[in-house]
Amino acid sequence: MYNNDIIRIENLHVTTATQVILKDINLKIPRNRITVILGPSGCGKTTLLKCLNRLTDLHPQLQVSGKVWIDDEDIFQPNVDVIAVRKKMGLLSQRPYPLPMSIYQNVAYGLKMQGIADKHTIRERVQHYLEEVGLWKEVKDRLHSPASKLSIGQQQRLCLARGLAVQPEIILADEPTSALDPISSKKIEEKFLELKSDYTLVLVTHILRQAKRLADHVIFMYLGEVIEQGTPQEIFEHPQTTILREYLKSGH
Amino acid sequence: MNREKWIEILSEKWMLLATLLMCMLPLSMGIGLLIESMPLLQQYRLGSLIRNSAWSPAEGKFGMISFIVGTLWVTGLSLCMAAPVSLLVSIYVTQYAKPWLMRTIHIVMDILAGIPSVVYGVWGVLVIVPWISQKLAPTFGYSSSGYCILSGGLVLAVMSIPYILHLQIEIFRTIPIELKEVSLSLGATYWETIKHVLLRQARRGIIASVGLGISKALGETIAVLMVVGNVPQIPENIFQAGYPLPALIANNYGEMMSVPHYLSALMFASLILFLIICLFNSVSHWIIYKINRI
Ligand SMILES: Nc1ncnc2c1ncn2[C@@H]1O[C@H](COP(=O)(O)OP(=O)(O)OP(=O)(O)O)[C@@H](O)[C@H]1O
Ligand SMILES: [Mg+2]
Repeated sequence: MYNNDIIRIENLHVTTATQVILKDINLKIPRNRITVILGPSGCGKTTLLKCLNRLTDLHPQLQVSGKVWIDDEDIFQPNVDVIAVRKKMGLLSQRPYPLPMSIYQNVAYGLKMQGIADKHTIRERVQHYLEEVGLWKEVKDRLHSPASKLSIGQQQRLCLARGLAVQPEIILADEPTSALDPISSKKIEEKFLELKSDYTLVLVTHILRQAKRLADHVIFMYLGEVIEQGTPQEIFEHPQTTILREYLKSGH
Repeated sequence: MNREKWIEILSEKWMLLATLLMCMLPLSMGIGLLIESMPLLQQYRLGSLIRNSAWSPAEGKFGMISFIVGTLWVTGLSLCMAAPVSLLVSIYVTQYAKPWLMRTIHIVMDILAGIPSVVYGVWGVLVIVPWISQKLAPTFGYSSSGYCILSGGLVLAVMSIPYILHLQIEIFRTIPIELKEVSLSLGATYWETIKHVLLRQARRGIIASVGLGISKALGETIAVLMVVGNVPQIPENIFQAGYPLPALIANNYGEMMSVPHYLSALMFASLILFLIICLFNSVSHWIIYKINRI
Protein backbone atom coordinates (compact mmCIF):
# COMPACT_ATOMS: atom_id res chain seq x y z
CA MET A 1 0.00 0.00 0.00
CA TYR A 2 1.44 3.33 -0.99
CA ASN A 3 0.97 5.96 1.61
CA ASN A 4 1.29 9.58 0.72
CA ASP A 5 2.44 10.55 4.17
CA ILE A 6 5.93 9.29 4.81
CA ILE A 7 5.88 10.24 8.50
CA ARG A 8 2.87 10.05 10.78
CA ILE A 9 3.01 11.16 14.39
CA GLU A 10 0.28 10.33 16.87
CA ASN A 11 -0.09 11.61 20.42
CA LEU A 12 3.60 12.23 20.81
CA HIS A 13 4.55 13.45 24.27
CA VAL A 14 8.07 14.23 25.40
CA THR A 15 8.63 15.16 29.02
CA THR A 16 11.45 15.49 31.48
CA ALA A 17 11.04 15.16 35.23
CA THR A 18 10.21 18.86 35.49
CA GLN A 19 9.05 20.00 32.08
CA VAL A 20 6.72 19.12 29.24
CA ILE A 21 8.71 19.61 26.04
CA LEU A 22 6.29 18.24 23.47
CA LYS A 23 2.58 17.94 24.14
CA ASP A 24 0.22 15.75 22.16
CA ILE A 25 1.76 16.16 18.74
CA ASN A 26 -0.28 14.81 15.82
CA LEU A 27 1.23 15.33 12.41
CA LYS A 28 1.45 13.93 8.94
CA ILE A 29 4.42 14.77 6.81
CA PRO A 30 3.91 14.37 3.06
CA ARG A 31 6.33 12.51 0.86
CA ASN A 32 8.46 14.42 -1.65
CA ARG A 33 7.50 17.74 -0.16
CA ILE A 34 9.23 20.34 1.92
CA THR A 35 7.62 20.68 5.31
CA VAL A 36 8.68 23.73 7.24
CA ILE A 37 8.44 23.91 11.01
CA LEU A 38 8.15 27.41 12.46
CA GLY A 39 8.03 28.51 16.04
CA PRO A 40 9.77 30.67 18.59
CA SER A 41 13.01 29.55 20.19
CA GLY A 42 12.63 26.79 22.76
CA CYS A 43 9.25 25.54 21.55
CA GLY A 44 10.54 22.04 20.88
CA LYS A 45 11.36 21.98 17.17
CA THR A 46 14.76 20.35 17.57
CA THR A 47 13.33 17.84 20.03
CA LEU A 48 10.63 16.92 17.53
CA LEU A 49 13.24 16.23 14.85
CA LYS A 50 15.27 14.14 17.26
CA CYS A 51 12.24 11.98 17.99
CA LEU A 52 12.01 11.12 14.31
CA ASN A 53 15.24 9.14 14.28
CA ARG A 54 15.16 8.14 17.91
CA LEU A 55 18.10 10.24 19.01
CA THR A 56 16.03 10.71 22.12
CA ASP A 57 17.42 7.30 23.12
CA LEU A 58 20.65 9.11 23.96
CA HIS A 59 18.95 11.29 26.54
CA PRO A 60 17.74 9.11 29.37
CA GLN A 61 16.11 12.11 31.04
CA LEU A 62 13.61 12.43 28.18
CA GLN A 63 10.45 10.36 28.48
CA VAL A 64 8.85 9.72 25.12
CA SER A 65 5.36 8.35 24.60
CA GLY A 66 3.15 8.12 21.56
CA LYS A 67 3.65 6.73 18.10
CA VAL A 68 5.81 7.69 15.15
CA TRP A 69 5.34 5.82 11.91
CA ILE A 70 7.93 6.08 9.23
CA ASP A 71 7.05 4.26 6.03
CA ASP A 72 4.35 2.52 8.09
CA GLU A 73 6.81 1.24 10.64
CA ASP A 74 6.28 2.25 14.25
CA ILE A 75 9.81 3.27 15.19
CA PHE A 76 9.29 3.26 18.94
CA GLN A 77 8.55 -0.47 18.99
CA PRO A 78 11.29 -2.22 20.93
CA ASN A 79 12.18 -4.66 18.13
CA VAL A 80 12.72 -1.99 15.49
CA ASP A 81 16.10 -1.86 13.77
CA VAL A 82 17.11 1.61 14.90
CA ILE A 83 20.16 1.70 12.66
CA ALA A 84 18.00 1.06 9.60
CA VAL A 85 15.59 3.80 10.68
CA ARG A 86 18.45 6.24 11.14
CA LYS A 87 19.94 5.33 7.79
CA LYS A 88 16.72 6.45 6.15
CA MET A 89 17.11 9.85 7.69
CA GLY A 90 19.75 12.49 7.45
CA LEU A 91 19.84 14.94 10.30
CA LEU A 92 21.51 18.25 9.69
CA SER A 93 21.86 19.56 13.17
CA GLN A 94 21.37 23.12 14.25
CA ARG A 95 25.00 23.77 15.10
CA PRO A 96 27.72 22.23 12.97
CA TYR A 97 29.52 19.40 14.69
CA PRO A 98 32.37 18.27 12.48
CA LEU A 99 33.61 14.82 13.40
CA PRO A 100 37.14 14.77 14.82
CA MET A 101 38.73 13.87 11.51
CA SER A 102 39.75 15.43 8.23
CA ILE A 103 37.41 17.25 5.87
CA TYR A 104 37.50 14.34 3.47
CA GLN A 105 36.84 11.75 6.15
CA ASN A 106 33.92 13.74 7.49
CA VAL A 107 32.03 13.14 4.27
CA ALA A 108 33.45 9.67 3.73
CA TYR A 109 32.52 8.52 7.26
CA GLY A 110 28.81 8.13 6.60
CA LEU A 111 29.49 6.35 3.33
CA LYS A 112 31.75 3.87 5.04
CA MET A 113 29.18 3.33 7.79
CA GLN A 114 26.62 2.57 5.09
CA GLY A 115 28.89 -0.21 3.89
CA ILE A 116 30.44 1.44 0.84
CA ALA A 117 34.01 0.20 0.69
CA ASP A 118 35.08 1.08 -2.83
CA LYS A 119 37.60 3.91 -2.52
CA HIS A 120 36.83 5.22 -5.98
CA THR A 121 33.10 5.54 -5.32
CA ILE A 122 33.77 7.23 -2.02
CA ARG A 123 36.15 9.73 -3.56
CA GLU A 124 33.69 10.59 -6.31
CA ARG A 125 30.83 11.06 -3.92
CA VAL A 126 32.88 13.19 -1.53
CA GLN A 127 33.82 15.51 -4.35
CA HIS A 128 30.29 15.54 -5.75
CA TYR A 129 28.65 16.55 -2.49
CA LEU A 130 31.31 19.06 -1.56
CA GLU A 131 30.64 20.67 -4.93
CA GLU A 132 26.90 20.56 -4.28
CA VAL A 133 27.24 22.66 -1.15
CA GLY A 134 29.74 24.98 -2.77
CA LEU A 135 32.66 23.97 -0.60
CA TRP A 136 34.82 22.07 -3.05
CA LYS A 137 36.74 25.03 -4.42
CA GLU A 138 37.56 26.27 -0.93
CA VAL A 139 38.82 22.97 0.46
CA LYS A 140 40.10 20.90 -2.43
CA ASP A 141 43.72 21.66 -1.55
CA ARG A 142 43.35 20.78 2.10
CA LEU A 143 40.97 17.83 2.11
CA HIS A 144 43.12 16.05 4.64
CA SER A 145 43.44 18.78 7.21
CA PRO A 146 41.15 18.77 10.27
CA ALA A 147 37.55 19.79 9.69
CA SER A 148 37.56 21.72 12.95
CA LYS A 149 39.85 24.33 11.37
CA LEU A 150 37.12 25.44 8.95
CA SER A 151 35.04 28.54 9.63
CA ILE A 152 31.59 28.02 11.13
CA GLY A 153 29.84 28.65 7.83
CA GLN A 154 32.17 26.25 6.07
CA GLN A 155 31.56 23.68 8.79
CA GLN A 156 27.83 24.04 8.30
CA ARG A 157 28.18 23.39 4.59
CA LEU A 158 30.47 20.45 5.32
CA CYS A 159 27.84 18.97 7.64
CA LEU A 160 25.28 19.48 4.92
CA ALA A 161 27.46 17.65 2.41
CA ARG A 162 28.04 14.88 4.93
CA GLY A 163 24.32 14.47 5.53
CA LEU A 164 23.40 14.53 1.85
CA ALA A 165 26.18 12.14 0.82
CA VAL A 166 24.52 9.18 2.52
CA GLN A 167 21.44 9.81 0.38
CA PRO A 168 18.74 9.45 3.00
CA GLU A 169 15.05 9.20 2.14
CA ILE A 170 14.17 11.93 4.54
CA ILE A 171 16.26 14.98 5.29
CA LEU A 172 15.74 16.64 8.64
CA ALA A 173 17.36 20.05 8.49
CA ASP A 174 17.53 22.12 11.64
CA GLU A 175 18.20 25.71 10.61
CA PRO A 176 20.67 24.61 7.95
CA THR A 177 21.48 28.10 6.73
CA SER A 178 21.74 29.94 10.03
CA ALA A 179 25.47 30.59 9.68
CA LEU A 180 25.60 31.16 5.96
CA ASP A 181 25.93 34.25 3.82
CA PRO A 182 23.04 35.10 1.48
CA ILE A 183 24.70 33.58 -1.57
CA SER A 184 25.46 30.23 0.07
CA SER A 185 21.99 30.21 1.61
CA LYS A 186 20.45 30.70 -1.77
CA LYS A 187 22.49 27.83 -3.18
CA ILE A 188 21.34 25.56 -0.40
CA GLU A 189 17.73 26.56 -0.90
CA GLU A 190 17.98 25.79 -4.61
CA LYS A 191 19.52 22.47 -3.70
CA PHE A 192 16.60 21.67 -1.42
CA LEU A 193 14.03 22.51 -4.08
CA GLU A 194 15.88 20.24 -6.44
CA LEU A 195 16.10 17.42 -3.87
CA LYS A 196 12.36 17.52 -3.35
CA SER A 197 11.65 15.25 -6.29
CA ASP A 198 13.53 12.34 -4.72
CA TYR A 199 13.51 13.11 -1.03
CA THR A 200 11.25 14.33 1.72
CA LEU A 201 12.49 17.35 3.56
CA VAL A 202 11.62 18.63 7.00
CA LEU A 203 13.09 22.04 7.58
CA VAL A 204 13.24 24.12 10.71
CA THR A 205 13.87 27.78 10.09
CA HIS A 206 13.49 31.15 11.75
CA ILE A 207 13.60 32.98 8.45
CA LEU A 208 10.02 33.58 7.33
CA ARG A 209 10.98 34.53 3.82
CA GLN A 210 12.90 31.30 3.47
CA ALA A 211 9.88 29.40 4.71
CA LYS A 212 7.71 31.11 2.13
CA ARG A 213 10.14 30.36 -0.65
CA LEU A 214 10.47 26.69 0.16
CA ALA A 215 7.43 25.37 1.99
CA ASP A 216 4.80 23.05 0.62
CA HIS A 217 3.44 22.47 4.08
CA VAL A 218 3.90 24.60 7.18
CA ILE A 219 3.69 23.65 10.84
CA PHE A 220 3.62 26.29 13.52
CA MET A 221 4.59 25.29 17.04
CA TYR A 222 4.35 27.16 20.28
CA LEU A 223 5.46 25.96 23.74
CA GLY A 224 5.59 22.31 22.76
CA GLU A 225 2.31 22.22 20.88
CA VAL A 226 1.34 22.35 17.24
CA ILE A 227 -0.87 25.42 17.00
CA GLU A 228 -1.58 25.50 13.31
CA GLN A 229 -0.62 23.62 10.18
CA GLY A 230 -1.52 23.87 6.53
CA THR A 231 -0.42 25.10 3.16
CA PRO A 232 1.78 28.20 3.04
CA GLN A 233 -1.20 30.13 1.76
CA GLU A 234 -3.32 29.16 4.76
CA ILE A 235 -0.59 29.84 7.28
CA PHE A 236 0.88 33.04 5.90
CA GLU A 237 -2.21 34.65 4.42
CA HIS A 238 -4.94 33.47 6.74
CA PRO A 239 -3.56 32.73 10.18
CA GLN A 240 -6.33 31.56 12.52
CA THR A 241 -4.82 32.15 15.93
CA THR A 242 -3.58 35.34 17.54
CA ILE A 243 -0.26 33.70 18.50
CA LEU A 244 0.56 32.93 14.89
CA ARG A 245 -0.55 36.41 13.79
CA GLU A 246 1.78 37.96 16.36
CA TYR A 247 4.61 35.67 15.27
CA LEU A 248 4.18 36.52 11.60
CA LYS A 249 3.87 40.22 12.30
CA SER A 250 7.09 40.45 14.28
CA GLY A 251 8.85 38.30 11.72
CA HIS A 252 8.50 40.83 8.94
CA MET B 1 50.30 57.89 32.07
CA ASN B 2 47.03 56.79 33.66
CA ARG B 3 46.64 54.46 36.54
CA GLU B 4 44.89 51.58 34.78
CA LYS B 5 47.73 51.28 32.38
CA TRP B 6 50.29 51.04 35.20
CA ILE B 7 48.25 48.40 36.96
CA GLU B 8 47.98 46.54 33.70
CA ILE B 9 51.74 46.54 33.20
CA LEU B 10 52.52 45.70 36.82
CA SER B 11 50.11 42.79 37.03
CA GLU B 12 51.39 41.43 33.78
CA LYS B 13 54.95 41.57 35.10
CA TRP B 14 53.93 39.76 38.26
CA MET B 15 52.26 37.02 36.33
CA LEU B 16 55.28 36.69 34.13
CA LEU B 17 57.51 36.44 37.17
CA ALA B 18 55.36 33.76 38.79
CA THR B 19 55.29 31.81 35.55
CA LEU B 20 59.06 32.04 35.22
CA LEU B 21 59.49 30.85 38.78
CA MET B 22 57.25 27.87 38.00
CA CYS B 23 59.40 27.03 35.01
CA MET B 24 62.60 27.39 37.02
CA LEU B 25 61.46 24.91 39.63
CA PRO B 26 62.19 21.64 37.82
CA LEU B 27 65.36 23.11 36.39
CA SER B 28 66.66 24.13 39.79
CA MET B 29 65.78 20.71 41.15
CA GLY B 30 67.68 19.02 38.37
CA ILE B 31 70.68 21.28 38.88
CA GLY B 32 70.61 20.68 42.64
CA LEU B 33 70.65 16.92 42.13
CA LEU B 34 73.43 17.26 39.60
CA ILE B 35 75.59 19.26 42.02
CA GLU B 36 75.04 16.69 44.75
CA SER B 37 76.01 13.87 42.40
CA MET B 38 79.21 15.61 41.33
CA PRO B 39 81.54 13.88 43.84
CA LEU B 40 80.53 10.50 42.40
CA LEU B 41 80.69 11.71 38.82
CA GLN B 42 84.20 13.10 39.35
CA GLN B 43 85.39 9.76 40.67
CA TYR B 44 83.73 7.46 38.16
CA ARG B 45 83.01 7.64 34.45
CA LEU B 46 79.34 8.35 33.70
CA GLY B 47 79.13 5.57 31.13
CA SER B 48 80.47 2.92 33.45
CA LEU B 49 78.17 4.04 36.29
CA ILE B 50 75.15 3.60 34.08
CA ARG B 51 76.27 0.44 32.28
CA ASN B 52 77.55 -1.43 35.33
CA SER B 53 75.30 -3.77 37.22
CA ALA B 54 77.49 -4.33 40.30
CA TRP B 55 76.10 -2.55 43.36
CA SER B 56 78.22 -2.74 46.48
CA PRO B 57 78.80 0.63 48.10
CA ALA B 58 81.22 -0.76 50.69
CA GLU B 59 83.48 -1.94 47.87
CA GLY B 60 82.96 1.29 45.98
CA LYS B 61 80.75 -0.25 43.25
CA PHE B 62 77.85 1.90 42.19
CA GLY B 63 76.41 0.29 39.05
CA MET B 64 72.97 1.70 38.24
CA ILE B 65 71.67 -0.40 35.37
CA SER B 66 69.75 -2.93 37.52
CA PHE B 67 67.83 -0.12 39.17
CA ILE B 68 67.05 1.61 35.90
CA VAL B 69 65.85 -1.64 34.35
CA GLY B 70 63.86 -2.46 37.50
CA THR B 71 62.13 0.92 37.36
CA LEU B 72 61.25 0.55 33.69
CA TRP B 73 59.97 -2.99 34.19
CA VAL B 74 57.69 -2.19 37.09
CA THR B 75 56.36 0.97 35.46
CA GLY B 76 55.91 -0.70 32.09
CA LEU B 77 54.05 -3.63 33.61
CA SER B 78 51.73 -1.38 35.55
CA LEU B 79 51.07 0.68 32.44
CA CYS B 80 50.18 -2.42 30.44
CA MET B 81 47.68 -3.44 33.09
CA ALA B 82 46.25 -0.08 34.14
CA ALA B 83 45.76 1.57 30.74
CA PRO B 84 43.44 -0.97 29.10
CA VAL B 85 41.46 -1.64 32.25
CA SER B 86 40.77 2.01 32.98
CA LEU B 87 39.92 2.71 29.34
CA LEU B 88 37.37 -0.10 29.24
CA VAL B 89 35.84 0.94 32.55
CA SER B 90 35.64 4.60 31.59
CA ILE B 91 33.96 3.79 28.27
CA TYR B 92 31.51 1.45 29.91
CA VAL B 93 30.66 3.82 32.73
CA THR B 94 30.18 6.89 30.56
CA GLN B 95 28.53 5.28 27.54
CA TYR B 96 26.55 2.28 28.70
CA ALA B 97 26.02 2.27 32.43
CA LYS B 98 23.04 3.59 34.34
CA PRO B 99 23.58 6.73 36.45
CA TRP B 100 23.66 4.80 39.73
CA LEU B 101 26.60 2.72 38.52
CA MET B 102 28.43 5.91 37.62
CA ARG B 103 27.88 7.21 41.13
CA THR B 104 29.07 3.93 42.62
CA ILE B 105 32.22 3.99 40.52
CA HIS B 106 32.93 7.50 41.71
CA ILE B 107 32.67 6.41 45.32
CA VAL B 108 34.86 3.38 44.68
CA MET B 109 37.46 5.56 42.97
CA ASP B 110 37.51 8.00 45.86
CA ILE B 111 37.99 5.20 48.35
CA LEU B 112 40.77 3.61 46.30
CA ALA B 113 42.51 6.94 45.83
CA GLY B 114 42.33 7.67 49.53
CA ILE B 115 43.94 4.45 50.71
CA PRO B 116 47.52 5.11 51.86
CA SER B 117 50.32 3.63 49.86
CA VAL B 118 51.50 1.46 52.76
CA VAL B 119 48.10 -0.26 52.93
CA TYR B 120 48.40 -1.23 49.29
CA GLY B 121 51.82 -2.60 50.19
CA VAL B 122 50.41 -4.73 53.00
CA TRP B 123 47.65 -5.96 50.70
CA GLY B 124 50.30 -6.81 48.13
CA VAL B 125 52.35 -8.75 50.65
CA LEU B 126 49.35 -10.65 52.04
CA VAL B 127 47.44 -11.33 48.82
CA ILE B 128 49.41 -10.72 45.64
CA VAL B 129 52.76 -12.14 46.75
CA PRO B 130 51.40 -15.55 47.91
CA TRP B 131 49.11 -15.75 44.89
CA ILE B 132 52.00 -15.22 42.50
CA SER B 133 54.38 -17.57 44.28
CA GLN B 134 51.83 -20.35 44.76
CA LYS B 135 49.52 -20.07 41.76
CA LEU B 136 50.61 -17.84 38.94
CA ALA B 137 54.34 -18.53 38.68
CA PRO B 138 53.96 -22.37 38.87
CA THR B 139 51.25 -22.19 36.19
CA PHE B 140 53.81 -20.69 33.83
CA GLY B 141 56.50 -23.10 35.00
CA TYR B 142 58.56 -20.67 37.07
CA SER B 143 59.42 -20.80 40.70
CA SER B 144 59.15 -17.50 42.47
CA SER B 145 59.14 -16.13 45.98
CA GLY B 146 56.32 -13.86 44.92
CA TYR B 147 58.41 -10.83 45.71
CA CYS B 148 58.96 -9.83 42.13
CA ILE B 149 58.53 -7.09 39.56
CA LEU B 150 55.14 -8.49 38.54
CA SER B 151 53.88 -7.95 42.10
CA GLY B 152 55.29 -4.44 41.99
CA GLY B 153 53.64 -3.74 38.65
CA LEU B 154 50.32 -5.17 39.80
CA VAL B 155 50.21 -3.16 43.01
CA LEU B 156 51.22 -0.06 41.11
CA ALA B 157 48.53 -0.67 38.49
CA VAL B 158 45.85 -0.99 41.15
CA MET B 159 47.08 2.23 42.71
CA SER B 160 47.13 4.20 39.49
CA ILE B 161 43.83 2.96 38.03
CA PRO B 162 41.59 5.24 40.12
CA TYR B 163 43.76 8.18 39.16
CA ILE B 164 43.77 7.45 35.43
CA LEU B 165 40.11 6.44 35.49
CA HIS B 166 39.08 9.69 37.08
CA LEU B 167 40.74 11.70 34.33
CA GLN B 168 39.35 9.51 31.58
CA ILE B 169 35.78 9.64 32.85
CA GLU B 170 36.01 13.43 32.83
CA ILE B 171 37.38 13.36 29.30
CA PHE B 172 34.53 11.22 28.00
CA ARG B 173 31.97 13.30 29.82
CA THR B 174 33.10 16.52 28.19
CA ILE B 175 32.56 15.16 24.68
CA PRO B 176 29.38 16.83 23.41
CA ILE B 177 26.48 14.45 22.98
CA GLU B 178 25.79 16.04 19.61
CA LEU B 179 28.88 14.36 18.23
CA LYS B 180 27.34 11.01 19.02
CA GLU B 181 24.07 12.14 17.47
CA VAL B 182 25.88 13.06 14.26
CA SER B 183 27.60 9.73 14.00
CA LEU B 184 24.45 7.74 14.81
CA SER B 185 22.33 9.66 12.34
CA LEU B 186 24.88 8.92 9.63
CA GLY B 187 24.04 5.27 10.17
CA ALA B 188 26.83 4.16 12.47
CA THR B 189 26.10 1.68 15.24
CA TYR B 190 26.71 2.65 18.83
CA TRP B 191 29.94 0.72 18.97
CA GLU B 192 31.19 2.21 15.69
CA THR B 193 30.41 5.61 17.10
CA ILE B 194 32.48 4.92 20.19
CA LYS B 195 35.34 3.46 18.19
CA HIS B 196 35.57 5.99 15.39
CA VAL B 197 34.31 9.17 16.97
CA LEU B 198 34.54 9.15 20.75
CA LEU B 199 37.91 7.44 21.02
CA ARG B 200 39.25 9.67 18.30
CA GLN B 201 37.98 12.79 19.95
CA ALA B 202 39.34 11.65 23.31
CA ARG B 203 42.67 10.21 22.21
CA ARG B 204 44.75 13.19 23.22
CA GLY B 205 43.19 13.19 26.67
CA ILE B 206 43.57 9.44 26.98
CA ILE B 207 47.28 9.61 26.24
CA ALA B 208 47.70 12.53 28.61
CA SER B 209 45.83 10.70 31.38
CA VAL B 210 47.96 7.59 31.02
CA GLY B 211 51.07 9.75 30.90
CA LEU B 212 50.11 11.54 34.09
CA GLY B 213 49.18 8.26 35.75
CA ILE B 214 52.57 6.81 34.90
CA SER B 215 54.50 9.84 36.05
CA LYS B 216 52.72 9.52 39.33
CA ALA B 217 53.29 5.78 39.44
CA LEU B 218 57.02 6.24 38.83
CA GLY B 219 57.26 8.04 42.12
CA GLU B 220 55.10 5.68 44.18
CA THR B 221 57.63 4.10 46.47
CA ILE B 222 56.44 2.42 49.62
CA ALA B 223 53.94 -0.08 48.25
CA VAL B 224 56.25 -1.17 45.46
CA LEU B 225 59.21 -1.43 47.77
CA MET B 226 57.28 -3.83 50.00
CA VAL B 227 56.54 -6.38 47.25
CA VAL B 228 59.21 -6.05 44.62
CA GLY B 229 61.96 -8.00 46.37
CA ASN B 230 64.68 -5.32 46.35
CA VAL B 231 67.46 -7.41 44.87
CA PRO B 232 69.92 -5.40 42.78
CA GLN B 233 69.84 -7.55 39.65
CA ILE B 234 68.52 -7.29 36.15
CA PRO B 235 65.38 -9.44 36.20
CA GLU B 236 65.25 -12.04 33.45
CA ASN B 237 61.52 -12.59 33.71
CA ILE B 238 58.63 -10.93 35.47
CA PHE B 239 58.69 -13.48 38.31
CA GLN B 240 62.14 -12.39 39.48
CA ALA B 241 62.87 -9.76 42.06
CA GLY B 242 63.88 -6.30 40.98
CA TYR B 243 64.94 -3.06 42.59
CA PRO B 244 63.42 0.17 41.25
CA LEU B 245 65.18 3.50 41.82
CA PRO B 246 62.65 4.99 44.30
CA ALA B 247 62.98 1.87 46.45
CA LEU B 248 66.76 2.12 46.38
CA ILE B 249 66.67 5.71 47.54
CA ALA B 250 64.04 5.17 50.22
CA ASN B 251 65.67 2.00 51.58
CA ASN B 252 69.13 3.43 51.95
CA TYR B 253 68.80 7.11 52.59
CA GLY B 254 69.92 7.81 56.15
CA GLU B 255 71.80 4.53 56.44
CA MET B 256 74.84 5.38 54.42
CA MET B 257 77.17 5.18 57.47
CA SER B 258 80.36 6.81 56.36
CA VAL B 259 80.74 4.86 53.15
CA PRO B 260 82.42 7.27 50.74
CA HIS B 261 80.30 8.46 47.80
CA TYR B 262 77.21 6.59 49.03
CA LEU B 263 75.14 9.73 49.51
CA SER B 264 76.34 11.08 46.23
CA ALA B 265 75.33 7.80 44.54
CA LEU B 266 71.81 8.06 45.94
CA MET B 267 71.61 11.62 44.64
CA PHE B 268 72.74 10.34 41.29
CA ALA B 269 69.95 7.72 41.45
CA SER B 270 67.46 10.53 42.12
CA LEU B 271 68.85 12.45 39.19
CA ILE B 272 68.32 9.44 36.91
CA LEU B 273 64.74 9.06 38.15
CA PHE B 274 64.18 12.74 37.56
CA LEU B 275 65.52 12.45 34.02
CA ILE B 276 63.40 9.37 33.28
CA ILE B 277 60.29 11.28 34.32
CA CYS B 278 61.31 14.28 32.21
CA LEU B 279 61.94 12.04 29.24
CA PHE B 280 58.64 10.28 29.72
CA ASN B 281 56.73 13.53 29.88
CA SER B 282 58.45 14.87 26.80
CA VAL B 283 57.56 11.74 24.89
CA SER B 284 53.89 11.95 25.81
CA HIS B 285 53.81 15.64 24.95
CA TRP B 286 55.43 14.87 21.66
CA ILE B 287 52.77 12.24 20.91
CA ILE B 288 50.01 14.68 21.79
CA TYR B 289 51.61 17.30 19.58
CA LYS B 290 51.81 14.84 16.70
CA ILE B 291 48.17 13.92 17.10
CA ASN B 292 47.17 17.55 17.21
CA ARG B 293 48.37 18.06 13.71
CA ILE B 294 46.43 15.22 12.10
N1 LIG C 1 18.01 16.66 26.62
C1 LIG C 1 17.21 17.55 27.21
N2 LIG C 1 17.04 17.55 28.54
C2 LIG C 1 16.26 18.44 29.15
N3 LIG C 1 15.58 19.40 28.51
C3 LIG C 1 15.70 19.48 27.18
C4 LIG C 1 16.53 18.56 26.45
N4 LIG C 1 16.46 18.87 25.15
C5 LIG C 1 15.65 19.93 25.06
N5 LIG C 1 15.18 20.30 26.27
C6 LIG C 1 14.26 21.42 26.55
O1 LIG C 1 13.20 21.35 25.63
C7 LIG C 1 12.79 22.62 25.22
C8 LIG C 1 12.76 22.69 23.71
O2 LIG C 1 14.07 22.60 23.21
P1 LIG C 1 14.38 22.53 21.66
O3 LIG C 1 15.86 22.46 21.51
O4 LIG C 1 13.60 21.43 21.06
O5 LIG C 1 13.86 23.95 21.16
P2 LIG C 1 13.88 24.57 19.70
O6 LIG C 1 12.47 24.80 19.31
O7 LIG C 1 14.71 23.77 18.81
O8 LIG C 1 14.54 26.00 19.96
P3 LIG C 1 15.56 26.82 19.04
O9 LIG C 1 14.74 27.47 17.98
O10 LIG C 1 16.16 27.81 19.95
O11 LIG C 1 16.55 25.87 18.49
C9 LIG C 1 13.75 23.61 25.85
O12 LIG C 1 13.10 24.23 26.94
C10 LIG C 1 14.90 22.76 26.33
O13 LIG C 1 15.42 23.27 27.52
MG1 LIG D 1 16.51 24.02 17.88
